[in-house]
Amino acid sequence: MIETAVWIGGVMLALASIACLWRVFKGPSILDRVLALDVILLIISSALCLDMAINRHTDYLLFVVVACTLGFIGSVTVSRFVSDQRNA
Amino acid sequence: MDFFLEIVVAVLLVVGSLMSLIAGIGLITFPDLLSRMHAATKPQVLGFLLLFAGLAIHLRSWILVPVLVLAWGLQLLTAPVSAHMIGRAGYRTKHVAKETLHVDELKKVISKHSEATGNTGAVRKIEGSKADENEKP
Repeated sequence: MIETAVWIGGVMLALASIACLWRVFKGPSILDRVLALDVILLIISSALCLDMAINRHTDYLLFVVVACTLGFIGSVTVSRFVSDQRNA
Repeated sequence: MDFFLEIVVAVLLVVGSLMSLIAGIGLITFPDLLSRMHAATKPQVLGFLLLFAGLAIHLRSWILVPVLVLAWGLQLLTAPVSAHMIGRAGYRTKHVAKETLHVDELKKVISKHSEATGNTGAVRKIEGSKADENEKP
């Protein structure tokens, strides 16, 4: 039961990461790319959650917590600098 | 009871991953930066809540719960801030399609400010960036 759910979830996450990579490749502005990369980080964290669920361990919990903060810092920094560069 | 909990865990994991898929589809199909931002925050709050709940139920441990609540609370606190920063930068650099907006409250604020200072928005923004450069050592 759990294995089937994890397989279905893993396929969904793979499709979602392909979609986000397409947006990173295509994105007209750097803000779209930052947004898509942020979503990719969330997808990686979700995949780690699925892995912890199926293998019954908690090794990746710290990375999930750190990834939450990293995505925030990255997107805020890039949006800050893009507004400066465009106007200078 | 165990079988029932397994069904609950399976549903939570699948729906939590579905949120990421919805975000990916939204990132592909939506035309605008702001609408893409609306789609991109789907896995951030609801998807993580479902995945963390499924994980905690599946491992049957209460020790996990504070860490998972910490991770989810961080997401809940930082998602609006980063979305606000990205939306503001997108508005300033004209990546927002203004004809799709029904209400534009920032335009009113910017025009009022430029009337008060006698500057256009562009001049004010260049001044702001110069001030930022002066702050750097």
